[in-house]
Amino acid sequence: MTEIFGVPTQALFSQLLIGLINGAFYAMLSLGLAVIFGLLNIINFTHGAQYMMGAFCAWFLLQYLGLGYWWSLLIAPIAVGAFGVIIERTMLARLYKLDHLYGLLLTFGLALIIQGLFRNQFGSSGLPYQMPEALTGGFNLGFMFLPKYRGWVIVASLAICLSTWYVIERTKLGSYLRAGTENPALVQAFGINVPRMITLTYGFGVALAAFAGVMAAPIYQVNPLMGADLIIVVFAVVVIGGMGSILGSIITGFGLGVIEGLTKVFYPEASNTVIFVIMVIVLIIRPAGLFGRER
Amino acid sequence: MKAVNHSLRALAIGALFAVGAAQAQISDGVVKIGVLSDMSSLYADLDGNGSIVAAQMAAEDFGAAAKGIKVEIISADHQNKPDVGSAVARQWFDTDKVDLITGTTNSGVALAVNQVTKDKGKAFIVSGAASSDLTGKACSPNTIHWTYDTWMLANGTGSAIVKTGGDSWFFITADYAFGHALERDTEAVVLKSGGKVLGKVRAPLNTQDFSSYLLQAQASKAKIIGLANAGGDTRNSIKQAAEFGIVKGGQNLAGLLVFIQDVHAMGLNTAQGLIFTETFYWDMNDQTRAFTRRFIQRNKGIYPSMIHAGVYSGVLHYLKAIEALKSDDGTKVIAKMKEMPTDDPLFGKGTVRADGRKIHPAYLFEVKKPSESKGEWDLYKTRATIPADQAFRPLKDGECPLVK
Repeated sequence: MTEIFGVPTQALFSQLLIGLINGAFYAMLSLGLAVIFGLLNIINFTHGAQYMMGAFCAWFLLQYLGLGYWWSLLIAPIAVGAFGVIIERTMLARLYKLDHLYGLLLTFGLALIIQGLFRNQFGSSGLPYQMPEALTGGFNLGFMFLPKYRGWVIVASLAICLSTWYVIERTKLGSYLRAGTENPALVQAFGINVPRMITLTYGFGVALAAFAGVMAAPIYQVNPLMGADLIIVVFAVVVIGGMGSILGSIITGFGLGVIEGLTKVFYPEASNTVIFVIMVIVLIIRPAGLFGRER
Repeated sequence: MKAVNHSLRALAIGALFAVGAAQAQISDGVVKIGVLSDMSSLYADLDGNGSIVAAQMAAEDFGAAAKGIKVEIISADHQNKPDVGSAVARQWFDTDKVDLITGTTNSGVALAVNQVTKDKGKAFIVSGAASSDLTGKACSPNTIHWTYDTWMLANGTGSAIVKTGGDSWFFITADYAFGHALERDTEAVVLKSGGKVLGKVRAPLNTQDFSSYLLQAQASKAKIIGLANAGGDTRNSIKQAAEFGIVKGGQNLAGLLVFIQDVHAMGLNTAQGLIFTETFYWDMNDQTRAFTRRFIQRNKGIYPSMIHAGVYSGVLHYLKAIEALKSDDGTKVIAKMKEMPTDDPLFGKGTVRADGRKIHPAYLFEVKKPSESKGEWDLYKTRATIPADQAFRPLKDGECPLVK
């Protein structure tokens, strides 16, 4: 068997693929953060809690209404997105004129409160959520066994990421959004309701987090702390990609997933720090991030 | 045994007459018990609030009030940080007049509190932490390690699996003191029983995705994948192993530390067939079931783990020793607890050894198939009972300085 650095190529291929799958989660989560930061200038620390709420929403729907995974993929983002809209209208909207720091503190506090409430109610061990019947089992790719669900994660994540990028960067609606954040007064003068647009954008970013939460429910645990564990890594991804850069967050999300996956083969002890090491290096060389623009 | 019971009864009657005198000997007239635990993070369901409930129930069942002994129970969150844990312990002992600390998941925190308790001459009953060093190199005249330890887990699960043909192992280990201790103790058992270890990988604590490690384990072709981790790490590894068809592919998982809350959280579909060792299960006999019925009413419906059972049993024995001694001096009470045999509804009869090790049987459990389960928490069946004299590390092997 051929080997690269002492690791069989087959093993290496499978680890690359696994890295890509984890990257899909990073990409989905960092995309939501990037949309919110890029268009609202809010550093949304509740993102992890909203991701967790998405997973819990799926669990509620199954437990109390008997609605399965596919319905959850649709309903949970809408429900949690609506919750995001309420937060934006009642709280965040008051902070746009102030420094970033205020938004950060508010969302951080909210995240702690939401997580605390869920933990108090559901404990810290998490709840079981079964994989949908259609996605159990897997394919034998020759070099590895690929569970169907993981394949689905890559496909769904790529579709969501690329369509979001397309809408914001390539359509008229997206150009309104971008213009609205650059110069709200001018865009409003053209008869566009900028505050409503911003509210919906926040709701959409939150919905993305909830979508990722539903995707995560069958493979990770539905657990009040699931977002808190992930959010710091995702922030690092956003910083490396360049704050607010949508394409940057997608490419960096997948890329860092792969790098992390390789670290797990060559030096597993460092796998939870490698992303932060890269972040430090990137910040030294390109302070605005790989795809960011200097402001 | 009978004679001992008689003398215990005599002591209890004597204590009743001597209530006034007993109070005079107990510092400030109150026995103050501090439950120090992870109250908010990954181990909170295994210990946390349930241990407060268990301590309260022990005080009630002991009948402290009727015997004229006033018991007060307080609690704090150690946040899984040894520095926080030892700071709380110091404050409790110095200014809050706490007499006993109990609970305490997380071996790092427990080892720190172990030292503080020894310095202050108070009492410490560990139910949550696993490291066998607490009755080994770090043993103390002020500490009793009650419920389980890494040696017991390794010995129970490891040897049972090697005996049934699982003779080649690959370890996925939590990369901190506890995981290393569990891996070390299990590897020793595997090698001693004639098995071999084909590889190991150290995963950082609180890893979300174990698929990389599982693929490495799969590639090793080991018959058994030993999970030297706990809590969320164990649950994620098992869940994802099912996803990657590890068990269907002919390899088996060995959960080296699994609690009932973990099995409940994973669900039977995922966890069925898993084998592991514990010292308590709620559905063992009428007494454990009666305890559980009362316990869940006060613990939000979460069933008791072996840690909760250990806190109950430990506090009960502690109060019995105070009653017999008519004093709450930490060092003396611990010595008395070692002298007196233990007897409670959850662990039955037992003893506390000179090195501070509580001795009772351990059980090899297997998770039921969904078809065998009759209720949400009907999760285990007993595969084997490991007698008390074989369940724990022999006294002479522990290198405890108290044992000469």
